[in-house]
Amino acid sequence: MSLQVRINPIACDAHGLCVELLPELFRLDDWGYPILDNAVVPDDLESLARVAADACPTLAIVIEETATIA
Amino acid sequence: MSAASPAARPDGGRLPRLLAGIEPDGSPAGLLAHQRAYGPMPRIPAERLFDEVARSGLRGRGGADFPTARKLQAVASRRNVGAVVVNGSETEPASRKDRLLMATLPHLVLDGAQTAAEAVGAREVIVKLSIDALRPADALERALAERTDRLPVSLVEGAAGYVAGEESAVINYLGGGPAIPRFVPPRPYERGYRNRPTLLQNPETLAQLALIARFGASWFRELGSDADPGTALTTMAGAVAEPGVYEMAFGTPLRDLLVAAGGPTEPIRAVLVGGYFGTWTTWAETATMRLSRADLAEHGAALGSGVLIALGESACGLHESARLARYLADQSAGQCGPCVHGLNAMAESFAALVDGVAHRGERDRLLRWASEIRGRGACHHPNGAIRLITSALDKFGPELERHARERCSAPPADLPGLRPPAGGRRVPR
Repeated sequence: MSLQVRINPIACDAHGLCVELLPELFRLDDWGYPILDNAVVPDDLESLARVAADACPTLAIVIEETATIA
Repeated sequence: MSAASPAARPDGGRLPRLLAGIEPDGSPAGLLAHQRAYGPMPRIPAERLFDEVARSGLRGRGGADFPTARKLQAVASRRNVGAVVVNGSETEPASRKDRLLMATLPHLVLDGAQTAAEAVGAREVIVKLSIDALRPADALERALAERTDRLPVSLVEGAAGYVAGEESAVINYLGGGPAIPRFVPPRPYERGYRNRPTLLQNPETLAQLALIARFGASWFRELGSDADPGTALTTMAGAVAEPGVYEMAFGTPLRDLLVAAGGPTEPIRAVLVGGYFGTWTTWAETATMRLSRADLAEHGAALGSGVLIALGESACGLHESARLARYLADQSAGQCGPCVHGLNAMAESFAALVDGVAHRGERDRLLRWASEIRGRGACHHPNGAIRLITSALDKFGPELERHARERCSAPPADLPGLRPPAGGRRVPR
């Protein structure tokens, strides 16, 4: 299993906490909305990704466990 | 035809065949005329329908180009299937094919919808139309009064607007919400109308399906190529003598599409393939291309909902694209930051480049935005707008230098849906 992150762009309100908490995964665009360059979360960042998802004020970060394709 | 001969069927190898039953005066074909043209609708078992549709190679004609058989089976494999939704919104401003189909051959669309609905185990059929589609609504109502269908059919008219026809927006609207897209997945085939698995199909797709159910996959494949079987309805617009809807076989040279539409009214500079979400192809490219997915893909294009807009030499590709970019930015549903802010900024930036008033590095910034914004909306609206802008830069980019030096005097091409507002306000379509 590996973790995948999606941002719900309808819910996202550009609070920017995700970038503060996890700059390895998120960066901001010119209007303060997060860009996710790689949806797959590296193993060592999994717990931080869950923290970021819980911290998002609009709960716009969706974390999904996906079966790893061998 | 003798009484013993099989029921009527259009010649599979000749055009028009989907549109073979159109009445000469364009009035809606009644049930008798419909059955004279296409024969009665057989009831066929679901598995056979899926098999015929799979072998026919039919793909969705609403723009997504998804294999229809796979979509049918994906819905049929689920429990508690809700509705089949005929998505007749047709919110692409230049497109007219679905309106034409529903207004002239309503029974064909309804045949396809009933057949698909029975096959996937749906309980009802809903036809979603845009509020301005008066003739289609009238024709469908009259057709429904003549039919004895097994599943109930309802007509729902709703908001126009570019994104209102997007499938999750249609589901939202039918559920009593605003006609704006949802965050997907779950997609409608998983959770759609009333939270049940829902099959959404374009009217043309269902009309084609109605013919495949009648005459089989081999009949369908008599026209077109192995890779792109069958025919497609195309809406020809722009600098052609007879703009309108034409049924064409896949594999036809694009030049012949222009000829079918009365020929160009002036030398052609470029063709916008696939509608306002589409891709510009120069005349030199267009002249060698066929109506095939491979030919179009080679030039970064796709048929989309079947719209081709010819731009004459007298018009300016940059200015027209800037107008379209502004239109598309304004059509954002206003839900997603990257779309709301990003498309607006891109349209502004592109207009500055086209007007020759951009700062140094503007083009690079525009291209960076394109790569950063793409894929970050809940629906594909930003992707489509970005495709148009990058394609315009790609094909007309060399002219930017001249625009920076001197004022461009080309008159507006009067593209459908972009006419200047008459009373100071654009009337919502």
